[in-house]
This record gives sequence, C-alpha cells and structure tokens, in this order.
Amino acid sequence: MTVYLLCFALFLVGLYGVIAKRDLIKIILSIGIMGYAVNLFLILFAYKRDAIYPILTPGAAPQVMVDPLPQALVLTSIVIELGTTALLVALAVRLYQKYGTFDITKIRRLRG
Amino acid sequence: MPVETWLIFTLGFMILGSIVALEIRDILSAIIAISVVGLGVSMAFLFLQAPDLAIVQFLFEIFALIILVRAFIDKKNHQFEPSSSSMVMTIVGVVAIAVIFMLSIPMFRLLPPFGEPLMSVSQHYLDFGASETGAANLVASIILDYRAYDTLGEVTVLFTAILGAFAILRTTAKHKTAGGNDE
Repeated sequence: MTVYLLCFALFLVGLYGVIAKRDLIKIILSIGIMGYAVNLFLILFAYKRDAIYPILTPGAAPQVMVDPLPQALVLTSIVIELGTTALLVALAVRLYQKYGTFDITKIRRLRG
Repeated sequence: MPVETWLIFTLGFMILGSIVALEIRDILSAIIAISVVGLGVSMAFLFLQAPDLAIVQFLFEIFALIILVRAFIDKKNHQFEPSSSSMVMTIVGVVAIAVIFMLSIPMFRLLPPFGEPLMSVSQHYLDFGASETGAANLVASIILDYRAYDTLGEVTVLFTAILGAFAILRTTAKHKTAGGNDE
C-alpha cells in the first residue's frame, strides 16, 4: 500500500502545480506529472509478485506473468499524452505571441 | 532486495524531482527535472516487468524534452513578482492537497494489496492469447488484436491533436485566389 500512496502523492504534487502556479509552462509540466502518476498507478496495480513480463519465451508459463491488459491500455495512454502535450505547448506559444507573457493572471482578454 | 524497496526509492526520487521542477525559477532546469521524473517512470516500468512500456516511455520522454525545449528556450526569462494572491493560492493548495491525501488513505485500503492483481479478464488473454492470435508478445496481441479498435481510436486522437497543434501554430491565413476557386 505504501507504493500506492507514494504514487498518489506524486499525482497530488501535479495537482498542486495546476491549482497554485501562475506560470503557464509550470502548469503544462504539472499536467505531465499527473499523467505519469496515473500511468504508473495502473502498472503498479497490474504487478504480480515474482511474475515475469508477458512475453512467451521457451520455459515461461502463463501462470507466472504479470497482467498484460493495463500494460496495453497504458501504452495507448502514453502515446496520447504526447499528442496532448504538443497541443498544450502550441497553445502556450500562441498565447505568448499574442500577450507577451506566460503569466495566467495577465492573460485576461480571452473574451471573443 | 524486494521490488517494493526499489519502487519506494524511485517514487521518492520522482516526487523530489517534481517539486524541484515546480519550484525552480529557471525554465530550462524545470524541463530537465521533469525529464528526470519521466525517466524514473521508465525505470519503474522496468522494475514492474513492463519492457514495452519502458521503451515507449523513454521515447516519449525524449520527444517531450525536444518539444518543450524547442518551444520555450528562446522566450525571455520571465520573473514573476510575488504577489499576495499567489501566496494565498500556495497555502490553500498545500492545505487542500494534505486534506485530500488524508481522506484517500482509507480508500487505498479497499484496493487489492500490491502484488496480487485481480486477473479476471487477463487470465484468458494469458492462457489463450498465443493460440488465438499467434503473437508471442501478449501486450502486442491485446493492442493489435483483442482491442484493435482502441488502437484505431488512439491513432485518431493523436492525429487530431497534431492537426490542432498545426492549426494553432499556423501564421499565414488562408485567402481566396483571384479566380475565386479557393480549393
């Protein structure tokens, strides 16, 4: 349970960055931290004690393999995270071109 | 050493790296710190017997580092003057995080303990994956055969995100040609 709690603490560090930081770059990095924590939590949940990776090699029995389903889902999630990070960075660069700052308290003219 | 010890060490290192990345002033240092956290995730995947994920996470980390450095390195060093509202937000944030953490501890007791997964659906994939799909790598057999529509949707989301990034970053406007045919 200690590893679950530490993983959740990593998620909460990212959440703290999202709600308390004013810098747009720091907010993007915080969203990345939250993504890491969620992916890692799913893989922690899939681990089976003294089991091996789910690849069939000579001498490997399917009874002693870790859960392959969360690994497949997290593989999808990591790739999507790259796309969303690129989109967030593009939005931040565009806002910087328009307003000349990354401070979210100064970006106020977003109405229409 | 048991795998929990390695994981606790790696996770502590990652939490430390995240705090450094959020609190440091220099943006380049923050990006490097976040990459260290991502490589820690890759290492944790290796300890948790997920080699495919470790490779993909490593590649993701390198691409994210290139994107972030390329996008933010030439922006002028911005120093925010500390304001009273940001101090209030920091205190409120820390208190809220601590409360959420305390409230979450009973929830984590309800989960199966570490090292004993449920494996209700996955056991079928492990037992029959090789004979039904012919793939030796069972993760590949899931993403490309059992859940191929998931992968199709993933590629669609990725394509849409990259298309959106290009549309946002485009600087030249589309305008009609003289003849009126704007295709």
